[in-house]
Amino acid sequence: MSAIYILWLREMKRYLRSRVQIAASLGQPLLYLVVLGFGLGPVFQKAGNGSYLQFVAPGVIGMTVLFSSIFSGLGLLWDRQFGFLKETLVAPVPRLQIMIGRTLGGATVAVLQGLLITLVCVIAGFRPVHLSSVPVALGFMLLIATVFAGLGVAVGSSLQDMQGFQLIMNFMVMPIFFLSGALFPLDGLPKVLAAATMIDPLSYGIDGMRSVLLDKGHYGAMIDFEVLAAFATVFIVLGAYRFSKIEI
Amino acid sequence: MIRVQNLVKTFGTFTAVNDVSFNVAEGEIFAFLGPNGAGKTTTIKMLTTLLKPTSGHIELDGLNPETKQNEVRQKFGIVFQDPSLDGDLTAEENMEIHGVLYHVPHKVRRQRTEELLKQFELWDRRKDQVKKFSGGMKRRLEIARGFLHTPKILFLDEPTLGLDPQSRNQLWSHVKKVNEAEKVTVMLTTHYMDEADRVAHRVGVIDHGKLVAVGTPAEIKAQTNTETLEEAFLALTGSTIRDESAGSADQMRQFAKMWQGGKR
Repeated sequence: MSAIYILWLREMKRYLRSRVQIAASLGQPLLYLVVLGFGLGPVFQKAGNGSYLQFVAPGVIGMTVLFSSIFSGLGLLWDRQFGFLKETLVAPVPRLQIMIGRTLGGATVAVLQGLLITLVCVIAGFRPVHLSSVPVALGFMLLIATVFAGLGVAVGSSLQDMQGFQLIMNFMVMPIFFLSGALFPLDGLPKVLAAATMIDPLSYGIDGMRSVLLDKGHYGAMIDFEVLAAFATVFIVLGAYRFSKIEI
Repeated sequence: MIRVQNLVKTFGTFTAVNDVSFNVAEGEIFAFLGPNGAGKTTTIKMLTTLLKPTSGHIELDGLNPETKQNEVRQKFGIVFQDPSLDGDLTAEENMEIHGVLYHVPHKVRRQRTEELLKQFELWDRRKDQVKKFSGGMKRRLEIARGFLHTPKILFLDEPTLGLDPQSRNQLWSHVKKVNEAEKVTVMLTTHYMDEADRVAHRVGVIDHGKLVAVGTPAEIKAQTNTETLEEAFLALTGSTIRDESAGSADQMRQFAKMWQGGKR
């Protein structure tokens, strides 16, 4: 237990000390929020869908949590050659505890980032319909963070070099973001696109937040929760398995 | 303290370590020398539970690393070829995490951290982030950390790579001091033959996965009829240059050089 705690604490300290990185990682979501939020606003309004800023805010929050959590896992590649990870892999502690500590830390950081961007969204004019459901939305953030921290560890444990990193970025992380319905409504999509969004875990996370914050869900919050919980379990188990197989 | 018998490791058709046997006695400093790709690091990885041997037998303080993984890990400390400190944390915090991972009780951890940091001349900088340290200081901290849980064996894999002569000298004098004070067995690899000659009690030379000579530096020089350990080394291993194909780790090392200071 103390090993899990100290590794979690390590991630917290690192996060709080890297102020520049915190600011830098908010840049991209901010661009989506402000430029798309206000830029596409009039078109969205005319199409009869209400405020685009309201609509896109949960998407941008989901995006922030996705990037932050998946990168914490992909960072394994670097960390096991040049970082602290190697030191933990020869310590007399089961690998599972190390993986859990690290992943929990990464997920917590991702949620903190999500909360920060939520604050930015509110400043930009985002108003949740139900304030009482904010804690539930926080739960969805935590689930998204767990799903992708697990996936990140699974993939990061399998990567062999830096080229692989680019591949993952372009063919996994970006598609997960774009196919999640973060930027567009999931109703009335062409069949192929609809199918793609249905196998994307992030669509359930963002839909869940939209359901509870705006009353505009596509699948419904209960289904979102169940699917996300299932993805989280699968990816954490897969991540733990791949992590136990790391050789350095 | 370390017993290795007929150790073999193959990767596919390539034999990295071929029937290697040697012993290292308690309190001894043993230098493991060999050209690039000779099998030094692979042997160390097998000794430190990171790789499983294909065949052969290993004992560390009477325990088999394959079956008693966690007990063995508690008994050794290791300093890797590549840095393994957390640059965002302070020297003290790096020591603390190590102590917790190695189940060192809180009070002992405090006391030993102070002792070791003072000994390795880092106590004044204990509250500084490690990324602000020089290469030599980082190495010293890694070695101090390796001693924190009072291991019986310390493995040092090319600890002086890229350090200036001053830092190298200082580092070895520290290692020797702790070796004498705490009777820690030290097994090291290095490419600097003069270091091995000065520091090590005994030396093993490995080439193409085979152990070609073991003995005190004087014995090895006598055996090959040479004046220095470097000449003896060249006499034993030939002077052809080993061109390894660059693996992913080497590519990343180059990448790391480009971004030096950034992520270390």
